Amino acid sequence: MWIGNLAFAADTLKHAENSHAGGESSSWMLHHISDSRTIDLEPFGHITLPQFPPIRIGGLEIDLSITKHVFFMWLVSLILIIVLSIVARSYKKQIVPHGLANLIEVFVVFIRDEIVLSVIGKDGLKYLHYFLTLFFFILLCNLFGLIPYGATATGNLAVTGGLAFLSFILIQLAGIRKHGLIGYYKGLVPHGVPAFVAPLMFIVEFLGLFAKAFALTVRLFANMTAGHIVILSLIGLIFIFKSVLVAPVSIAFAVFINLLEILVAFIQAYIFTMLTALFVGLSIHQH
Amino acid sequence: MPELAHIAGGFGAALSVIGAAYGISKLAAATMEASGRQPEVAGEVKTSMIISAALIEGVTLFAEVICIILALK
Repeated sequence: MWIGNLAFAADTLKHAENSHAGGESSSWMLHHISDSRTIDLEPFGHITLPQFPPIRIGGLEIDLSITKHVFFMWLVSLILIIVLSIVARSYKKQIVPHGLANLIEVFVVFIRDEIVLSVIGKDGLKYLHYFLTLFFFILLCNLFGLIPYGATATGNLAVTGGLAFLSFILIQLAGIRKHGLIGYYKGLVPHGVPAFVAPLMFIVEFLGLFAKAFALTVRLFANMTAGHIVILSLIGLIFIFKSVLVAPVSIAFAVFINLLEILVAFIQAYIFTMLTALFVGLSIHQH
Repeated sequence: MPELAHIAGGFGAALSVIGAAYGISKLAAATMEASGRQPEVAGEVKTSMIISAALIEGVTLFAEVICIILALK
């Protein structure tokens, strides 16, 4: 965390100098939080990522150039594939896990027992792969934002939107698989509802499906971004007051908020997975 | 006027935090009481508390995101 704060200091000083002409110099905060087409390794320079011209499909322009968040998502996926393959293969030699397999088994058993089995029941084991992937991906993406020179891929509305979209598809698929296409949507309206209220209830429940996915998106995005904004603001206080005496207080608070962010990273990964499991459970057990 | 947007952003953030802190504190108080009365269910109650706290905080963070958009105008 000290190295991370020093890297921040070098970068914010450069940005504060650059944008001091305009007087309003808070653009460095946005620069640290949002996506960009280069990976900045201050003070060692930066890496420009390969850019492709936008592809036109119909009336849409799709830009598939590689940005910082895309690069970090690939990095996270690569690390997950390598580490989890090694861990899974170590089970062939001995049933009892040793070392890293022990740690991963704690998480996997936790997700299987506390999240999938207790919320959905035995039907949920079909979807256990998705929940495990989701949990480890979100957890590692969140944690990568806290290491020096790292960027939080889940601090991007498009990334969390994509994850929530996948969960939305899973919720519909689970319900349709259990109750049939028409039966699932008819089952949205609970039993014993007077006939004149039923259409309204259907509309409310149908919109509720989208509201749940939207809430998942914004919750993860806002939690990740808010933590980083607080850390950046605390360090930026040093540059606003332009005095070194603020530095010990500022850095102490920033370290405390960094530790809190580690906790929030775990909790948010758990909450996203748990809420998806909850909605899938509601889908499957509609009565 | 960007000054009004900044003031509105600050007020909005403070008010939404008041609401969230009140809600989550009531939640935590109920959890402590329930765990004290019946220590066997403390595990389940703690799990439900974490879920409810995350849901309440999610709603707060919608308001915070809007305030950030206002403050950056």
